[in-house]
Amino acid sequence: MSRFLEILAAVLFLLPLPAQAGKLGLGRPALPAEIAAWDKDVRPDGQGLPAGQGSVAQGEEIYLERCAACHGDFGEGVDRWPVLAGGQDTLTDERPIKTIGSYWPYLSTAFDYIQRTMPYGDAATLGADETYAILAYLLYMNDIVDDEGFTLSRENFTSITLPNQPSFRNDDRPRVEYPLFRNRCMTDCRATVEITGRAGTLDVTPK
Amino acid sequence: MSEHEKTDRTRRRFLTTSLAAFGGAAATPALSGEKPDPAITEVQPWRRHLGPGVDASPYGLPSPFEARVKRRNVPWLTADTRSSINFTPLHQLDGIITPNGLCFERHHSGVAEIDPAKHRLMINGLVEQPLVFTLDDLKRFPRENRVYFMECTANTGMEWHGPQMNGVQFTHGMIHNVMYTGVPLRLILQEAGIKASAKWLLAEGGDAAAMTRSIPLEKALDDCMVAFAQNGEALRPENGYPLRLLVPGWEGNMWIKWLRRLELGDKPWMQREETSKYTDLMPDGTSRQFTWVMDAKSVITSPSPQAPITHGKGPLVITGLAWSGHGVVKKVDVTLDGGRNWTEARIDGPRLPKSLHRFYLDIDWDGRPLLLQSRAVDETGYVQPTMKALKAIRGENSVYHNNGIQTWHVRANGEVENVEVS
Repeated sequence: MSRFLEILAAVLFLLPLPAQAGKLGLGRPALPAEIAAWDKDVRPDGQGLPAGQGSVAQGEEIYLERCAACHGDFGEGVDRWPVLAGGQDTLTDERPIKTIGSYWPYLSTAFDYIQRTMPYGDAATLGADETYAILAYLLYMNDIVDDEGFTLSRENFTSITLPNQPSFRNDDRPRVEYPLFRNRCMTDCRATVEITGRAGTLDVTPK
Repeated sequence: MSEHEKTDRTRRRFLTTSLAAFGGAAATPALSGEKPDPAITEVQPWRRHLGPGVDASPYGLPSPFEARVKRRNVPWLTADTRSSINFTPLHQLDGIITPNGLCFERHHSGVAEIDPAKHRLMINGLVEQPLVFTLDDLKRFPRENRVYFMECTANTGMEWHGPQMNGVQFTHGMIHNVMYTGVPLRLILQEAGIKASAKWLLAEGGDAAAMTRSIPLEKALDDCMVAFAQNGEALRPENGYPLRLLVPGWEGNMWIKWLRRLELGDKPWMQREETSKYTDLMPDGTSRQFTWVMDAKSVITSPSPQAPITHGKGPLVITGLAWSGHGVVKKVDVTLDGGRNWTEARIDGPRLPKSLHRFYLDIDWDGRPLLLQSRAVDETGYVQPTMKALKAIRGENSVYHNNGIQTWHVRANGEVENVEVS
């Protein structure tokens, strides 16, 4: 190769990558077994649900063994751990209780979450049948199914709807709030100001 | 005993005694000049003896006199410290960059202690070719450096029912602002080939919570990044080492730490953290979902309950932070009288979009009690609302997105309290 061509080759090699270049050829194909190991997410339409089933009775047994220490025998929540049952008609109360029965919009969320990260400290150790069973029991505890003999499975999963689902809407701050918050008053913005609450009286702040 | 050891011992003894003094009442400075100041006339140990050598502190730490500058948590707030939060000491910091060791932490299953050699990033779902990257692969993409604030959606969430936490660290400390180094997310996704039907992205963490959030693809391709460094060094474990997602201007929960997987899909996944949590319960019992943007907000960091005025009347620096998930903060105003009259504060330092801004108002304090507030105005013209105006719409149970104006009551003696005003 001539000296000129050598230099040209070196220069071309060092050229910056174009901003909208094609692919860089980095990474490697993900294998189906690898995707299966990590892709466990479940959507409201049932996409991602594994084969399996579990009954209320089976769920109660598993729940008492693996969930009740934190969530309580009746889903009432121990100490500050989440309450799992009840709370219907509390969403306008001073202290709302948010459970799958009172607040959660989709059952698939609970399946995904339990399978993903429960039991706390021993994550992702529940099998599909166990997860279906725990959910069947939670549905029963929340009065969403009233048949003690109920079995939840991939087949009947999407037929269950949670009562609070219609109460959710997408962010409407741009329409409802933003037009109201545009007044930059600088002088004589208000006549009087009074202190109506003090953090000091509560005295709950760590030192 | 060697000379070196002797010096070391003296130094340690000195530190112990002076730290004890520091912990008590504030040291009295020499006043009128009638009596010579011993800080000047006496030879201080550090003036006489040798200090530690260059091998004493291979990774440097702050002065022992700064030991009170630290993250703090609220023990009664959560059942377990591994599914909990701690708070950045905003009252003790200045400028706009949060030191790495003081960035607030929020974990759902503790800090994942990940061996970077065993960390992978997978892309799957609606892509032409599912891919797996190592960290070395990711460091071969073109990089960018960006400064962004990252605010927990629940920052100031304890204040909805009225003033509760008596300190800016606890009312506003679920925020940090660092310079990230990483790769634009769009470059990584393009490498796998995005299918036309893809509209949403699911980001997943590699910790025991395997945290997941759905992000609209439009945002993912706009300014999201995959970062491996903060403030020039590797991410801290508590902030997602070795890899985290950045979702600039949007709620902190979406900034998935310990990022291990990105899945493309045609619908949102409705994960736990976008349905049962991080949704805003309104007073009529309905709820808002997908409230991603963090609206404009500001707070005075000093004086504040943890940073009272100790110097009496005269020159006083009022300082604080302002930010907006919609871009740049245009103006910050400060009131001394609870919102009757406002003065424009001085923003100093970089004014970067979706980053903290530092503001100052330098006044001559006459010793009068003050009702201090600050108010941010961002590039969209949005004016930070009062707590009262927010509550009129949201009620008191929406938990998240409390960007209302904070009031500090400064007493004549310089003490400061978190208060609510009419």
